Amino acid sequence: MRICVVGCGAVGSLFAANLARLEDVEVWAFDLNSEHVDAINRDGLRLSGAGDVVGHPRATADAAELPPCDFGIVATKAMHTEPAIAATAHAFKDGCVATVQNGLGNEETLARHVERVIRGTTFPAGKIVAPGHVQWDVKGDTTLGPYDERTPLAEVERLADACTRAGMPAHAVADARGPQWRKVIFNASTNPIGALTGLTHGRVCERSDLRALVSGLVDEGKAVAAAQGIVLDADPEELIDHAAKPEVAYGHKASMLQDVEARRTTEIDYLNGGIVRFGREHGVPTPLNEAIWALVKGVEAAWTQS
Amino acid sequence: MAGAGAIGSLYAGHLAQVAEVTVLTRREEHAAALRGGLRVSGRAELTATVRATTDADELGDAELAILACKGTDLEPLAARLAGKLSGATVMTVQNGLGAEEIVARHGEWPLLSAVTFMSGTRHGDAHVEYVLDTATWIGPNRGTTEADAQRVAELIESSGLKAQAFPDLRPAQWSKLIFNATVNGVAALTGLPHDFHFAQFAQLSDLGHLVHDLVDEGRAVATAARIELHDDPWEMNVLATQRGHRHFPSMLEDVEAHRPTEVETINGALVREARRHAVGVPLHTAVYRLVKAKEASYSE
Repeated sequence: MRICVVGCGAVGSLFAANLARLEDVEVWAFDLNSEHVDAINRDGLRLSGAGDVVGHPRATADAAELPPCDFGIVATKAMHTEPAIAATAHAFKDGCVATVQNGLGNEETLARHVERVIRGTTFPAGKIVAPGHVQWDVKGDTTLGPYDERTPLAEVERLADACTRAGMPAHAVADARGPQWRKVIFNASTNPIGALTGLTHGRVCERSDLRALVSGLVDEGKAVAAAQGIVLDADPEELIDHAAKPEVAYGHKASMLQDVEARRTTEIDYLNGGIVRFGREHGVPTPLNEAIWALVKGVEAAWTQS
Repeated sequence: MAGAGAIGSLYAGHLAQVAEVTVLTRREEHAAALRGGLRVSGRAELTATVRATTDADELGDAELAILACKGTDLEPLAARLAGKLSGATVMTVQNGLGAEEIVARHGEWPLLSAVTFMSGTRHGDAHVEYVLDTATWIGPNRGTTEADAQRVAELIESSGLKAQAFPDLRPAQWSKLIFNATVNGVAALTGLPHDFHFAQFAQLSDLGHLVHDLVDEGRAVATAARIELHDDPWEMNVLATQRGHRHFPSMLEDVEAHRPTEVETINGALVREARRHAVGVPLHTAVYRLVKAKEASYSE
């Protein structure tokens, strides 16, 4: 089996390094960062932290080098999905392409370029500490499911099995929208609040008026999910309260707050923006998500001003 | 003149051309600098001779007292003036709602309500740049009539600033309240000065939609409170964004400098009025909570 990880940042590296240890899997890693690519080809791809692994995928920044693959795993930031799949689609003519990215709309983008798409949601996290070296912060499960009837469930199961054998537990399910929407609603209802106020997750939740705003965002997201017949696999409200505990993520700065502090473009278009777009398609009003979307876009616009 | 920030300095510098002006400051070095002459540049070029003091007892028998401090400083300022200025009419120019009530609790003075649209930039304790030469609007409040408002408007006009008297200031005050709650809140949260983004609609995520919806919520509150707005806040917004001058609302300057903002007397006042009149304002409630939380991120 041949798998290509498209976008070998922190999450992509977790998949690439672990999968590369399997005897029966040949792994390619496609990434535009040539320092990272060179380090991987020279020394291997090293994970440390939650697991210590060195894998030896074939890395390249040149999509033309990619051979035909059975599977793609797309792990870029959501705003890079389009160019990433446009460059690599040729390698997946007879394969399936899974997204393990954040947000909504990635499957639709992939489906414009490739025939068989797998919807995925993943919880492991880490960060790149040096070229070829990723710190593995959190282990977690991945859920995979066919995007539409063109993707055989048997193929999804084959990829999930490989991931699980590689130490990245994955489940194949017929409808993977529940975990995806649960994660999107969680992120869309908390990340931008942290980004706009500068508060950590725990401090957002301990202000009762702000926590009520979070619930307003969650309710809109749930209504949009329900209108599509999506059954969430867990209640985002419980996950939000759980994460606010001191021993869990009280002091955690949401990734979007980190993006804002570093003046990096955020994933707001694919979180709140995604909820708004799907809400419009299904006739569900989402005024709070629209407001938060516009405010964070305003934050991004302010950086380009004098 | 109680308070000599940008607005107070603009009034003091101009009014000193036509009246005897004493400035009450909090810091002695500020008063000392003003005693050396108050310079106004920009839309006017003048140096004014004013008296300045940190001692409210030295204000003497002023006929008019303008309280030009920030909304967050009004309560302590009014308390300092209690028992003083017995012959004066007191005029508030704070943003938002409730300034007159705060002052009324500290003395029996006749009161005038005012809002001002002029703006300036302080370049030091005794130098202010006059940036926007827009008007001050004045109306009667406790123990005053439109004629009193008219007299003060004429005095201000004679000093070279713009002013207009109204039989009832509330329609104008509410227009500005809705405008400030919307524009200042959005600016403080995004970091954007009041510019073209606030009237942009091309994309679904453009800020014009949110600003328009916030104005609509504000209008609904005004209607429920039986206030017929003097100016349409949306038109005020569009006009301001077309001026070509990128205005930095005070609330944006405050959050960038990690100072307390006027969110309570502006956004908080609007949200409380909405609740009092049973009007739903989910977007203003969200903006209010977010600005409060942003303040908390640097003040705790």
